[in-house]
Amino acid sequence: MKSKFLLLFLILILAVLLGIIKGSVNIPLGELFLKVNQPILMLRVFRIIVGIIAGMGLAVSGIVLQAILRNCLAEPYLLGTSSGAGLGAVLAIVMGIAGVYLPLMAFIGAILSVVLVYNLARENNKIPEQSLILSGVIVSVALSAIIIFLISISPTEALHGATWWLWGSLQVYDFKLLGIVTFIVLAGVAVIYIFSQDLNAISIGEEEALHLGVNIEIIKRVLIVVTSLITASVVCICGIIGFVGLMIPHMMRFVVGPNHKTLIPATCLAAAIFMVVCDTLSRTLFPPLEIPIGVITAILGAPVFIFLLKRRQKVR
Amino acid sequence: MSALLKVENLFGGYHRETVIKGISLDVNKGDFVGMIGPNGSGKTTLLRLMSRILAPQKGNIYLERKDISAMGLKEFCQEVAFVAQDTTINFSFSVLEIALMGRIPHLKRLQLETKQDMEIVEKSLSMTDAWHLKAKKIDELSSGERQRVVIAKALAQEPVLLFLDEPTSHLDIGHQIQVLDLLKKLNRQTNLTIVMVLHDLNLASEYCNRIVLLNEGKVFKEGSPREVLTYQNIEAVYKTVVVVNDNPVSSKPYVVLVPGEK
Repeated sequence: MKSKFLLLFLILILAVLLGIIKGSVNIPLGELFLKVNQPILMLRVFRIIVGIIAGMGLAVSGIVLQAILRNCLAEPYLLGTSSGAGLGAVLAIVMGIAGVYLPLMAFIGAILSVVLVYNLARENNKIPEQSLILSGVIVSVALSAIIIFLISISPTEALHGATWWLWGSLQVYDFKLLGIVTFIVLAGVAVIYIFSQDLNAISIGEEEALHLGVNIEIIKRVLIVVTSLITASVVCICGIIGFVGLMIPHMMRFVVGPNHKTLIPATCLAAAIFMVVCDTLSRTLFPPLEIPIGVITAILGAPVFIFLLKRRQKVR
Repeated sequence: MSALLKVENLFGGYHRETVIKGISLDVNKGDFVGMIGPNGSGKTTLLRLMSRILAPQKGNIYLERKDISAMGLKEFCQEVAFVAQDTTINFSFSVLEIALMGRIPHLKRLQLETKQDMEIVEKSLSMTDAWHLKAKKIDELSSGERQRVVIAKALAQEPVLLFLDEPTSHLDIGHQIQVLDLLKKLNRQTNLTIVMVLHDLNLASEYCNRIVLLNEGKVFKEGSPREVLTYQNIEAVYKTVVVVNDNPVSSKPYVVLVPGEK
């Protein structure tokens, strides 16, 4: 187990180095650290930090949703949480209150969309797997449509360039916001880790967890609020990025098993690697153009989703 | 001697529907109680009330003279374990990880399992003859093996009282006997008190020292298998004709079904 973590850590360092060296403009390694190129270097470093934070946040949120809902297809993007946060953020910009209330509005959007999807999917206190994903995708599509609507009719110049909300970008616009978001994501992941044994119990069944003395009603609420906070924060700085929360936890369950005590740290590392690599691809595939990072994660993630769906159908 | 579990004038059910309508019951230490009754008679609901999944609408339940609704959830789960009917687990935890979850009620959050916890888990898995499976994934096991692992998890809680909801309903007869033999052994060797819902009257007769026959949310009759499993009682509750003989080997009552069509 230790060697697996060490390997993940080494790959992360390699990914980070690659992300620093490669970019839309090719600068020889020797010159990159010269004073002239410092702005470019800083830009790349900050993108890497955003990538690591966003990857950790989204993937750990995915783990929590999968355990609570006992549904391996759950993640913030497919359940519409990210779109809810995105809509909240865009609304804040349209209403001209983004300066102060952007994160709060994103959080309200995220929480409301969770509640909406949960209630749409519920049938007699049970949440059938397919209807959860269906409700999530419908809510997600509808909210994304409203975001586009707001962007297209908006007189605000700032918003016209903001279609990146929909497919994500790791470009940093607001360093103060990045600081707040980093704090929320790290604190959120730490809180979730404290509940890792409870997550183990909940993932084998709600009543099972109750029989083990786990107070599921309170813990579920706490965890849903925490994942919504994390998702909203990530959306605030890098828009809607899908499938990270689906793909990475699954790959890590293969590598380190489903025990949340090891799954959560392993997923943090792997998601960081994945996001840094995807961002490097987004910058270097067609320079000087940048492909939105959400496009890359979706192209890689959709086949994983189909594979998981098919495998579950076979099990039945 | 006071009862280990005392149920007093209990009413309960789901939402506004009352399924259990005034049940009083004593379970003594070392009892092996079988709860039987037709579908909808309230067996599972009573089990869920006694294990705190449901809150009573009226009446009280006492465990060692303590009102269970006043106990902390963890404290309660250190005394009482539950084996559910459906033991399917979606995630591929290893057998050892599943059994270790039985220690959750005894551990603080983030507290690592001690050597003593590991010993208790090893003992539990050995008692259920599942220690050799410890490295296997839970979703790779047969249903009989999985049931033994889930029972080991319950034993790792070190309960004084074990509830089981139809522990044999998904098993073939070989595995049914295996699981019930195991429970009987635990009951004898460790004086573990067991309360179990069973569909099969003959299995209840063979293994339980006391039988509670429920009908329409009330106790119709309780006592030894010989006292409860009479053709009059069974015909009255199940509305079907039966003949009660003796099992030639164990000489316990044996219920023979009589088909309506010849």
